[in-house]
Amino acid sequence: MTSSTAHLTAADYDEIGRELDAIRAEVQESLGAADAAYIHKVIKLQRSLEVGGRAMLFASFLPPAWIAGTVALSAAKILENMEIGHNVLHGQWDWMRDPKIHSTTWEWDTASPSDQWKHGHNFLHHTYTNVLGKDRDIGYTILRVSPEQPWNPAYLAQPVYNALLAMFFEYGIALYDVDIPKAFEGGAAGRAEAWGQLKAIGRKVRKQVLKDYVAFPLLAGPNFLPVLLANFTANVTRNVWSHTIIFCGHFPDGTEVFTEDLLDGETRGQWYVRQLLGSANISGSPLFHLMSGNLSHQIEHHLFPDLPSNRYATIAPRVRALFDKYDLPYNSAPLAHQIGSTWRKILRLSLPGGGGGGSAPKTPSRPRPLTPA
Amino acid sequence: MTVATTPRLRRLAGKLTSPLLPEDYLGLVNPLWATSELRGRVESVRWETADAATLEIRPGGAWAGHRPGQWVRIGIDINGVRHWRSYSISSAPSSATGGDRIAITVKAAGLVSEHLVRRVRPGTIIRLDQAAGEFVLPAEPPERVLFLTAGSGITPVMSMLRALARSAETMSGRFPDTVLVHSAPTRRDVIFGAELRRLAARTPNFRLHEQHTRTAGRLGPQELARLVSDLAQRSTWACGPTAMLDALSLDDLHVEHFRPPVPAATGDGGLVRFTTSAVDVRADGATPLLVAGEEAGALLPSGCRMGICFSCVGRLTSGRVRDLRTGEVHGEEGDIIQTCVSAAAGPCSIEL
Repeated sequence: MTSSTAHLTAADYDEIGRELDAIRAEVQESLGAADAAYIHKVIKLQRSLEVGGRAMLFASFLPPAWIAGTVALSAAKILENMEIGHNVLHGQWDWMRDPKIHSTTWEWDTASPSDQWKHGHNFLHHTYTNVLGKDRDIGYTILRVSPEQPWNPAYLAQPVYNALLAMFFEYGIALYDVDIPKAFEGGAAGRAEAWGQLKAIGRKVRKQVLKDYVAFPLLAGPNFLPVLLANFTANVTRNVWSHTIIFCGHFPDGTEVFTEDLLDGETRGQWYVRQLLGSANISGSPLFHLMSGNLSHQIEHHLFPDLPSNRYATIAPRVRALFDKYDLPYNSAPLAHQIGSTWRKILRLSLPGGGGGGSAPKTPSRPRPLTPA
Repeated sequence: MTVATTPRLRRLAGKLTSPLLPEDYLGLVNPLWATSELRGRVESVRWETADAATLEIRPGGAWAGHRPGQWVRIGIDINGVRHWRSYSISSAPSSATGGDRIAITVKAAGLVSEHLVRRVRPGTIIRLDQAAGEFVLPAEPPERVLFLTAGSGITPVMSMLRALARSAETMSGRFPDTVLVHSAPTRRDVIFGAELRRLAARTPNFRLHEQHTRTAGRLGPQELARLVSDLAQRSTWACGPTAMLDALSLDDLHVEHFRPPVPAATGDGGLVRFTTSAVDVRADGATPLLVAGEEAGALLPSGCRMGICFSCVGRLTSGRVRDLRTGEVHGEEGDIIQTCVSAAAGPCSIEL
């Protein structure tokens, strides 16, 4: 597959596939009341934080109330998007058969309508992870995050774009689900489809704007401005945080990209290994894992996107031991390290070239080739 | 009354809670305030016999009431997974002045019933549907009535008897000339035994015959004719196992089955496509489509799981299905099929 997998035989891939399938089956069979209690608890915590935060903001002429309210609301929005929304939309909780917590009924507080996002994310990104020309998550179309992407002068400004993308990430994600190139190439039908998607995004954005920037500030009367500012801060905080976690999941040094020909006849084992090589974990505390929506276990999430997120931490040591056995790199490092690595790559690749001359430190877990063959 | 019960206020409040509903937040305070999903709280669990119990349930504000004899679908989470079953309501409808509780009486048999009888504690929140079913008395009861029941088949009839008794007592209605012939293995197995005997003792128009089958054997048509000499003049409501109901062929009969007919069919299955849910699953020829779909993660409507209540129906858009009760392969595009008693007869798709 790549230089990091040159030593694997077909039998190795089959065995990796079998062992990971076994872990998956074991988790699925053991799902039960404790898991259901977990997601109910997180949802309750998120809603309580949101109600509490918004209530405190009614006293936001007092600076401590503004700060506490903004922190609570930011935390609520982060949980809502990441540990709840993202994971529910993956179908992680469909096994409970609760129509209130189900991938087919869930709608979330972000600009992307859930059905559009599910197509772009669950299907394209998770199936074709890090395959150039297939996985549009690679750089979210506007960034150069792999030396394989040809350079052009527009990339000189990509550190600036990326900072702006972080702040307004939810809109970036929503627009990126609209296949603009297809709209141009696909004639009238393609344009109509893109226009329909844009209108759906517009409806969601209108509701969000009405809620956070009109209704709640108006309700706060004389506190109109502090509430408006607090809601804006909470949205930007959530955007920057989710951008950070998601970029650290696929773009730190060591994550690999692949070419389309790899997809031909790809076996289950090879698919699993591609998910591993294209993903990076972030180590941290249980609270950090919760606030990252357990995308800190990006590798486990990519291997088993529809297993409930509360199980990733439990299976991570077994997954890691398996890949160690086959001498495969398991990229895991603390947040500061993965952020540094991601931004270094974005800065470096804003300039031409960048294929061989990386200076980023290797992941602490094990040395590994820096770029794909 | 809560904020959430006024449609206009609810729409306005919805602007503040988008994309969720106000009740998703109000539910933190009281889960019964939900209106998009009817819920109830189990208030008490009372043993009736060694293996049957009555659960008293306080339904949420959207509960529209029931007619005596109707059943209700109950959704309960067991080991994290939502299960739906239908149960007859055993209580009489609430009087006009409050009394906002319903009772279901459940015999412990099967996953959900066992759970309800043995493990549910007061305070548990369950999901409900509105009451349904045509096994009911008309508003003006006939002159002469026969109730023919066995086992837990007494539950819908108990609701009717309680309603008749209350109307006779409180609203100077009359108790129609009524005979109840009820079968149970022994005297101790008679659900509501004490209450039925009391009612028979104080109500001249109500005659009770208990058939204790372990000692007296099963009731046959001749014995029934002997017990109820004016059989032909009575309107009959019968509820019990299929075998009993089949054995006693009666005129003017209202019937409610409560045991699933034995699956008769096996055969080849195929790829089943649930089009609305976007779920595809390979099912064999003996597994109900409902079970196959649920196991594949589709959210499917369900109820009695025995082909009675039609809660589970969906439109067949291609292929054919096998009726598990009869083995008959049937189905044309557009047919409404019951997923709980149908299995795939080759590849098929259902609009669910």
